[in-house]
Amino acid sequence: MASLTKLLTPLFFIFFVISHKDALSVEPEEMLKDPQLEERARKISKLLRCVVCQNESIDDSSAVIASDMRKMVRRKLIEGQSDNQIISYMKQRYGDFVLLKPQFSLNNLFLWFSPFLILIIGIGIFFKNKFVDNFEISKPLSEDELVKLEKINEK
Amino acid sequence: MNEKNSSYWYKRWTLIPLIFVLVLIGVFAKRLVDIDNNKPASYIPTVLLNTLIPEINLDPLPNRGKGLNSEHLRKKLILLNFWGSWCGACLIEHELLMEIKRKNIIPIHGIAWRDKPNESINWLKKYGDPYSLVGQDPESKAAIAFGVTGAPETFMINENGIIIYKHTGPITEKVWLNDFLPLIREYK
Repeated sequence: MASLTKLLTPLFFIFFVISHKDALSVEPEEMLKDPQLEERARKISKLLRCVVCQNESIDDSSAVIASDMRKMVRRKLIEGQSDNQIISYMKQRYGDFVLLKPQFSLNNLFLWFSPFLILIIGIGIFFKNKFVDNFEISKPLSEDELVKLEKINEK
Repeated sequence: MNEKNSSYWYKRWTLIPLIFVLVLIGVFAKRLVDIDNNKPASYIPTVLLNTLIPEINLDPLPNRGKGLNSEHLRKKLILLNFWGSWCGACLIEHELLMEIKRKNIIPIHGIAWRDKPNESINWLKKYGDPYSLVGQDPESKAAIAFGVTGAPETFMINENGIIIYKHTGPITEKVWLNDFLPLIREYK
């Protein structure tokens, strides 16, 4: 009996996680009859940011504007537009902000490359410290210093 | 000579993290000040500035004119205001819009966004109607085409149908005097 519970608990857990995964904000009446189109709609919706939320796709969000954006995605799919056409329409209207996965552009070039840049600088510093002799070689004492030292020793 | 040099550079290198942190503090400070400047922290600059308006064709509200299409927005310098009877912040700017209409400063066209047409028209009857033309946009077709994120949002469009300014949120007196009026004067 105990072993049955042990077996079932993770199964139930997996079941709830999986069933929740599809219980999202897309309302039944929004869905398209054609399952292939609907699948594409879901895929596109996951790439678009809800413009009034902090970090949610329009597929996840229950905000009204997200719902209207989902409907627009579906209208455009029915019109026969490609995934890229729809995404670039939204990008044209709302800017890069609407893309949950940022695209590579001149504006964010530095952002994309800065981790590598910092890594290279870090490696540079590491090797410099490791292999270039950084120790200060003490110079012999100057005349003045010798006199001072002698005075101290006399005391 | 050599050892003196290396310690010189060593000291310079240690300053880099300090400079980096100072620059960061500067950037954060600027952002903080900007938030006070009438722009909400969530402010998204419009990418549509200085571009041609999208094509729209909106139905009228019941018993109120002929609706609104892109052709109407390409005739002269106008304001285009997204609003709705559900929108509390729209009441904040309403008095100012009424005054603009009374003084005949610039025509204001309205888009009743995501609203029930009857409720939009009742709202206008109750509080006053500052608009020349009004179209209804129940499914956000126009709102998305204009990259609108929330109401109220106001666009200034010139006679060629180019968006020359956008304001997100209610137009306060300060916003009107600092942002809108100078642009309107520049055009006349």
